[in-house]
Amino acid sequence: MTSETGRPLSARLADAGVDRRSFLKFCAGITATLALPAQLAPKVAYALDKVDRPTVIWLEFQDCAGDSEAFLRSRNPSAADLILGMISLDYHETVMAASGTAAEKARDDAVAKGGHLVVVEGSIPTGIPGACTVGGKSAEEILRAAVRGAAGIINVGTCSAFGGIPAAGPNPTGAVRVEDVVGGVPVVNLTGCPVNADNLTATIVHQLTFGEFPARDRFGRPLFAYGERIHDTCQRRGHFDAGEFAEQWGDAGHRKGWCLYRLGCKGPSTFHNCPSVRFNGGTSWPVAAGHGCVGCSEPGFWDTMSPFYDRLPHVATSGFDLTADKIGVGVLAATATGFAAHGVGKVVQHRVAAHHEKQAARDRAADAADTAATADTAATADTAATADTAATADHEAPIGKAHTDAETGEAE
Amino acid sequence: MSRLVIDPVSRIEGHLRVEVQVDGGQVTEAYASSTMWRGIETILTGRDPRDAWLFAQRICGVCTSVHALASVRAVEDAVGAVPPLNARLLRDLIATSLCVHDHVVHFYHLQALDWVDPTAALAADPARAAALAQSISDYPRSTAGLFASVQTRLKVFLESGKIGPFTNGYWGHPAYRLSPELNLIAFSHYLDALDFQREYIRVHALLGGKNPHPQTYVVGGMASPIDLNSQDAINANTLQEVAQILQRGLDFVEQVFLPDLQAIGAAYPEWTTYGRGLGSYMVFGDYSLSPPGIARPPRDGLFPGGIIRNGNLAAKPEPFDPSGIAESVAHSWFRYDDPGAALPPWKGETTPQYTGPEPPFEQLDVAGKYTWLKAPRYQGAAMEVGPVARMLVGYTSGDARIRPLVQGALDALRLPPEALMSTLGRVLARGLETRLMAQYSLELVNRLRDNVAGGDLAVADTGRWRPTSWPEGTLLGVGFHEAPRGSLSHWVVIEGGRIRNYQAVVPTTWNASPRDAAGNPGAYEAALVGTPVADPQRPLEILRTLHSFDPCMACAAHLYDAEGRDIIEVRVQ
Repeated sequence: MTSETGRPLSARLADAGVDRRSFLKFCAGITATLALPAQLAPKVAYALDKVDRPTVIWLEFQDCAGDSEAFLRSRNPSAADLILGMISLDYHETVMAASGTAAEKARDDAVAKGGHLVVVEGSIPTGIPGACTVGGKSAEEILRAAVRGAAGIINVGTCSAFGGIPAAGPNPTGAVRVEDVVGGVPVVNLTGCPVNADNLTATIVHQLTFGEFPARDRFGRPLFAYGERIHDTCQRRGHFDAGEFAEQWGDAGHRKGWCLYRLGCKGPSTFHNCPSVRFNGGTSWPVAAGHGCVGCSEPGFWDTMSPFYDRLPHVATSGFDLTADKIGVGVLAATATGFAAHGVGKVVQHRVAAHHEKQAARDRAADAADTAATADTAATADTAATADTAATADHEAPIGKAHTDAETGEAE
Repeated sequence: MSRLVIDPVSRIEGHLRVEVQVDGGQVTEAYASSTMWRGIETILTGRDPRDAWLFAQRICGVCTSVHALASVRAVEDAVGAVPPLNARLLRDLIATSLCVHDHVVHFYHLQALDWVDPTAALAADPARAAALAQSISDYPRSTAGLFASVQTRLKVFLESGKIGPFTNGYWGHPAYRLSPELNLIAFSHYLDALDFQREYIRVHALLGGKNPHPQTYVVGGMASPIDLNSQDAINANTLQEVAQILQRGLDFVEQVFLPDLQAIGAAYPEWTTYGRGLGSYMVFGDYSLSPPGIARPPRDGLFPGGIIRNGNLAAKPEPFDPSGIAESVAHSWFRYDDPGAALPPWKGETTPQYTGPEPPFEQLDVAGKYTWLKAPRYQGAAMEVGPVARMLVGYTSGDARIRPLVQGALDALRLPPEALMSTLGRVLARGLETRLMAQYSLELVNRLRDNVAGGDLAVADTGRWRPTSWPEGTLLGVGFHEAPRGSLSHWVVIEGGRIRNYQAVVPTTWNASPRDAAGNPGAYEAALVGTPVADPQRPLEILRTLHSFDPCMACAAHLYDAEGRDIIEVRVQ
């Protein structure tokens, strides 16, 4: 393949003020993010140099534009380098110049050529098609038309990948994930709320370099980004192992960077590379800044991980409390089931209510015996540590073919 | 007379459709429709109020964090938690930096292409562009070499035949009027602003872990510990870095944003007369650091609250009264038991009822229900909210900071205050507000450093953390915030430690409101009337007026569940 101007990407980037050295450095960085051997960096560079800018159609449905905003925060390469040098972003309502029929024509023309990548942000309201229309067409209709002849679908954020917040109980619009509406082309799910822009860039580069999406887990998430639990690579992990926990916002332990598990951190059952890649150009991530992980890259997290300030063993997953060493398995299984049952919202809402009664009782007990809480610290640490192995094993076993594997998960 | 439909309206957040009647080359009637909703308030019903901000923040990923703030304030108001000074300073720092970031992104990436034609920049002389840029600002990147390289980059891009987001733009439209040099300068700053916004918003990551959706609020305060001497908290280094980023932000606003605004504005003088609209403005008020100003509208904040009616800029604004807010659904896809009622937020009543045409459709029934937005009204009147409302209320109040800021800009442009009530006036007001916020953010970071250096390390009121510590009975709370797009309020009803009702009345719901039961239009609908349309196939002028409001539709589209009836049924099962 040659580029549309007959000039390699490195030359086009040079026009943009990006020299050869920076280009190679970028390729090395992406290779590392993708967890590929460093020796492959020249292959990435060679492939990128040859590639034509692929057409990208970015669709927004039941979304908040948070993933679009994350994309605009891209660094290495920047959003400008991406848009002007690496891809041809022919349709993206948040940034495109044209409106109305001129915008729709840009989308339809791009699709007609085929071989494009479809990025989807937001879920699809199948219960009420009128709850998301663009140009008078329903989200489902637009999505079906846009993936025709596509090279692949990249779901950015938890809404398009898993239904996200619109699908949280009681799911008023009957929101579903993209894979419940379309199939037949490769799909990659870059979950998180919002997506981490670095993982998006790395996924696009992988596709350009190797002609396919990176290896994925059974939820369609690339293993380079979702292969390890937050808990395993967390900077506060040492404090967890030592039984050192922040107990309240701003207390001495909190100020010393102690573990946030007792303040509700969901890191032990969340798979994401936040601790290593971080956000906003590697600046920070929520646990570093002092707030527990809420599990935003997991399916159904709005229901299964909340109340967010409860300690993980008490998360209601199926109507009863699970112990820490079951939680990773429990959450994954429960949410896989949830995909099929669109009525899950009401069940969850019911659980939320039931859970709340229990929580109030627990709070009263905790108020009465605050000292006892400190005593169980070590024990909690032990059980949760055991959880690590179980959850990881379950997570890593099935890889690839996200859709079918998720459906297999329903039977669990 | 013809019906013109623009859907999607691009370069906004979310899904907006407008249908306008065009007669004699101008808009005679306009209808704004929000075509997406998710039902986040319904989803919130029954949940732990301490979780609310995390859900509510997902109302929007563009003005990310504003809903978190309004939400956490509402719950604190209900349960009686009082965040300590450090938390209030951190929150205001996140909010002011968001405002600066948001306004800059809006101008360059969502609005500028209505006034700037990048294809015309190819004819520019880079040396003349540099001379022109240097004559209006001392921005160090205004060199002939830089402009030449940007021009080359643009040329390669445009000639590639793959012009991505610029595809099918209205290039060459007769309403574009900038010189080639000014187009080149503006496009160059479009790219600079992309880099600027990415670096600037690192403030949110430093203080709250990430952006969009910083993860640092808690009921009672903030989850970011602060200790100048700890390596694991917001420390002296963090604050130094934050201050440096904020200073660079102020420099960018003064050296790039405001000069561009002035240069572009000067080329389009007639746009200080188009797009006036309602002429009635509402501001809740915000950015007070005194403890009673957590949730109720503050009286001593950076932004004074007030109401201006019918374009009367001679009188002092009326004080804002929260009990004046009520909403109608006469033209919205919701059903009220009493269809003609206007209900205040805590007593809001909701049943979603989509009665629009089944997609695919060509046209909405604008005589009936035509949008997912309710029609919020203040004492029965439609109100415009946003930067221009804040600048006008501050100006007519005689505010010590805002009055001179606005007067200076008006004098420089030789404009009367009435000129602010226009399409270009909104753009100008947003720029002035950006400078105000960029300056104020630096004051906040200094004050935070001083307070912590004095030994105050508290970031949260932990005495009201557990629901068992909350008052008995039904708790009502409201959180007010002056968000970048205008006056935002979240309203919560808590019973038995959980959310019984939750509602957000947001800036874009005010501005993009449909007609109410009396047939009175909202701000977009009113402002579009009179807008010229040179070429109905390329409605550039309509976009100018719409974008001047900075629409944020995901924020605006809400589902209100008044009594939690669905939820109660579920519990009975």
